[in-house]
Amino acid sequence: MSGQNESPVASGSQTVGPYLHIGLDTEPRHGVMVGPHTAGERMRLRLCVLDGAGQPVPDALVELWQADASGRYVETADHPNPDPGEAFRGWGRRATNRDGWTLFETIRPAPTTSADGRTQASHINVCLFARGMLRHIFTRVYFAGDPMLATDPVLALVPEARRGTLIADRVDDMWTLTIRIQGDGETVFFDL
Amino acid sequence: MTDRKPDVLKSQPPLLYPPYASTRLRAPQQPLIQLPARYSDLTQPVYGHLPLRPSDSDLTRQCPGGEPQGERIIVTGRVVDEDGRPQPNVLIEVWQANAAGRYRHVVDTHPAPIDPYFLGAGRAETDSDGRYRFTTIKPGAYPWRNHPNAWRPAHIHFSIFGRSFQTRLVTQMYFPGDPLQPFDPMLLSLPSDRARERLISKFDLDITQPEWALGYVFDIVLRGDNATPWEERA
Ligand SMILES: [Fe+3]
Repeated sequence: MSGQNESPVASGSQTVGPYLHIGLDTEPRHGVMVGPHTAGERMRLRLCVLDGAGQPVPDALVELWQADASGRYVETADHPNPDPGEAFRGWGRRATNRDGWTLFETIRPAPTTSADGRTQASHINVCLFARGMLRHIFTRVYFAGDPMLATDPVLALVPEARRGTLIADRVDDMWTLTIRIQGDGETVFFDL
Repeated sequence: MTDRKPDVLKSQPPLLYPPYASTRLRAPQQPLIQLPARYSDLTQPVYGHLPLRPSDSDLTRQCPGGEPQGERIIVTGRVVDEDGRPQPNVLIEVWQANAAGRYRHVVDTHPAPIDPYFLGAGRAETDSDGRYRFTTIKPGAYPWRNHPNAWRPAHIHFSIFGRSFQTRLVTQMYFPGDPLQPFDPMLLSLPSDRARERLISKFDLDITQPEWALGYVFDIVLRGDNATPWEERA
């Protein structure tokens, strides 16, 4: 199929489709990323997903990847207790509900140090899947009021007028952010 | 589409693909912002899944009291990266319709029978050689409302955790010789015949178990996680 000098073509992405819950939303504990022994400041994160018509997206799946309270990404899968709530892994997954939002219980990540030595402000990586999306897309959640936002090297790549789409606000006792897939106030998405 | 790196353009569908109608309101209009590798947190994620049980990879034995209707099949293959290196300990999650083309899901209103002995979801992990294996039944085609008389070709949904955030993949496996494939916007959204062929499994008599199950091979190629950073590409 491919020539000798040609590397194999990568497997292409396909949408999760409308029935994603059967395979990917099977474990409610994946939305609770912390357990009794997790270090760090507990927080709840509410993400709302809207389409290009401003309508809630009830068939999206959100995956989070984040650093721990010391600014490190958990590197080993060999935890003695596999229960997601027992040891902090920095990974969470939950589908949106019929109103297009989803809620995670996690900790506020510490700032991280990049390979070039620069410090990134406290942030959570978001991977978004949905019916109607042939590929998943990546975005980030930062936190309003964080003085380090001004020097974050990734926010610096984003046009100033759009940076606010990545910054969650504290509403009541929850950090809240609306992800607008398309149109007015469109969220900034990244290519990795 | 100019929203992706050149190497990825050869294998990946665009975000906006109007023949798949639902992409029209669910594709960003602004260009994606290229994130240099040094900022993209490439550490291997830990997905934190619960331990696998034998029944997780055998979808024909998940319901006490009976077996699902349909053609029993074995689906197996290897997960490798673009350089051909096997990917061990990769979690694969699958979900699919039953033999009649019906999902066990509240949103599915296709008037085909629910199978009381088929849930339609499974999990497996690759071994040290990147190999995985499922036993299941062949899913049926099903209608959808994308366009008049639209039917999805038979397929199994696959979710794969590679070694990094970059290599996360959700895709679908198709079956060889399915007459619906030339009309399917999902498959047609891929940029080349090679990319489409990659998602079509191959029948394999050697995998077939005599008097028990037909065998299909579905290999998965993940992007290399040590790919040259974008800004250093020619
Ligand atoms: Fe499907």
